[in-house]
Amino acid sequence: MKNIENILRRALFSLITLAAVLTFNFFLFRIVPGDPIAMIASPRMKPETREMIREQYGLDKPVWINLPAMREQGNLSALFDSQFTHYLKNLAQGELGQSFRQKVPVAELISARLGPTVLLIMTGEITGILFGTILGIIAAWKARSKIDTTALFFGLIAWSMPPFWLGIILLTVARGYLPSGGYITLGATYASTFERWLDIGRHLVLPASTMALLLFGAYVLVVRNSTLEVLSEDYILTAKAKGLSSVGALWKHALKNASLPLVTVIALDLGYALGGAIQIETIFSWPGLGRLMFDSIAQRDYPVLQGVFLLLAVSVIAANFLADLTYSVLDPRVEM
Amino acid sequence: MADKSTSKSSFWGEFIGKRQGVIGAVMLLLIALIALLAPWIAPFDPYETVSATSADVLAPPGPGHILGQDEVGRDVLSSVFYGSRISLLVGFSASLITIILGCTIGLIAGYVGGKLDILLMRITDGILVIPTLPLMLVIIAVAGRGIGNIILVIGLLTWPYTARVVRAQVLSVKERQFVMRAKAIGVSHFGIVMVHILPQVLPVIFASATLDISYAIISEASLSFLGLGDPALISWGSMLNRAFLRGAVSGGAWWYLAPPGFLLAWVTLGLNLVSNAVQEIVNPRLRTHHLFDERVIISLLDRLTPGTAAGVVKR
Repeated sequence: MKNIENILRRALFSLITLAAVLTFNFFLFRIVPGDPIAMIASPRMKPETREMIREQYGLDKPVWINLPAMREQGNLSALFDSQFTHYLKNLAQGELGQSFRQKVPVAELISARLGPTVLLIMTGEITGILFGTILGIIAAWKARSKIDTTALFFGLIAWSMPPFWLGIILLTVARGYLPSGGYITLGATYASTFERWLDIGRHLVLPASTMALLLFGAYVLVVRNSTLEVLSEDYILTAKAKGLSSVGALWKHALKNASLPLVTVIALDLGYALGGAIQIETIFSWPGLGRLMFDSIAQRDYPVLQGVFLLLAVSVIAANFLADLTYSVLDPRVEM
Repeated sequence: MADKSTSKSSFWGEFIGKRQGVIGAVMLLLIALIALLAPWIAPFDPYETVSATSADVLAPPGPGHILGQDEVGRDVLSSVFYGSRISLLVGFSASLITIILGCTIGLIAGYVGGKLDILLMRITDGILVIPTLPLMLVIIAVAGRGIGNIILVIGLLTWPYTARVVRAQVLSVKERQFVMRAKAIGVSHFGIVMVHILPQVLPVIFASATLDISYAIISEASLSFLGLGDPALISWGSMLNRAFLRGAVSGGAWWYLAPPGFLLAWVTLGLNLVSNAVQEIVNPRLRTHHLFDERVIISLLDRLTPGTAAGVVKR
């Protein structure tokens, strides 16, 4: 019972945060002095188009509540005929506006870029977790040895590097051996789907390695620490005394216990991974959401910028909520 | 124990005894010297327009230019020297905002407690959840790319971590006997916080400040690299932005790419080393001869992933 109450409280917190982000997003793109339409419609659009957008966004209406309309029409619903409610209504319908540059709906642009970003983050996460877990457990097992110190030192170095700088190093080093940018080879024709995926895979190596390096440092630390904690517990001694080989005891018990904080870290890491993705995709011309964000900054394409930011924020809030849920399911001792 | 480790003389005494702390401090001192002496030690003024011939464009290192020239013929070494000023300026000013806000909110939440504490911590968690870099990007893209805006945005978005750390420390100090005694003899709340609690929290603040500075420096560099740096200033991030966009990678101009990135990593590594040493002194319980201790891991996690640290601590 108490658990359900906790989950509900957590859900409420996520919803409030979401509401705050939506309100902030609404405000941010209206703080610029002058006609708010400048933020939403390109000056190059035809007057008719601008008028259409103005209507769609309700920009001729008051910002928060529409008192005059309520007085005029005498019903309460007219009160909410404002810019803010238009904004929420549009969002609820998945209507994110029109890109200034590309003359297509923002939602369309975003959905085309979603796949590459998911592919990049997934590959990077899996590689980072794999190496981070293995190295973390070895470091804890050989605590205070050369291996341990080396693993920690590299963790610290990777952690100290700005993400974009890691990417530039990899790009410079691997130039000529691997494709340095893009998603597929331009103008290539493929005999099979497999060949196409192979090509994408080759393009993925560098960006995904950068992402993996970025996340690896944190994972080494988490796994090392939780393993170290587990190793000092009595039941490991018992397991050893029972005749379990030390390596067997380590992997069985340590891995199980390290997986708990790791699950949370992965989910909670999403915000950081997305920040890294913006830089990595920029460097490797990877056609994902991050590169879209970079391009829309350079082109002052505000509707796209706004749309991508909303999507990123919503996914991170959702991931945080899921992480809390998972954590409380995996470890009933934890109060949320 | 805590009283002793927080007194000034023993703190610095212990700090000098920490090898990694001293290495980190020397690394930082070097950068501070470069920033301070930039006008005298830089061979050229990077803010002056140069009349360059095509031979000067991305010219490799040579006698006149130890680190070569950039895409408009400027001396890379001079730009790198001057760039350290921007990094340090942003690092210190933004973290000052972070510390002032974080301390105030952490002190109030921890000391007052109750409903106010819950409310403040909910707000703190809410800000921690929103992905920081994307948020900074949209704000700067809309508000403008001035250095003032950049400092403000970084400072205003990074205080929640400091607030959490300070609050935790206040909670542990608040119930100690000397605070209770001060209360009993009628010292005002303000007096108790300023005279009895703040000094106990200072070492924690110092440790978190080193991480705040490094986070601010990386943030400014990331923003500048993504094209949102102050257009009037030369910073390491904006150098890398231009180097990257103007073909330094395909041209193999390592002398243009390597120095700014190397110095960025250098400064943040130095700050992290100092922070580790300070954490070890502040928390003798966690003393190890490792590069990392629990506190740093928790703080790292908190940086990377808001909320994790709470999870780790709860266990």
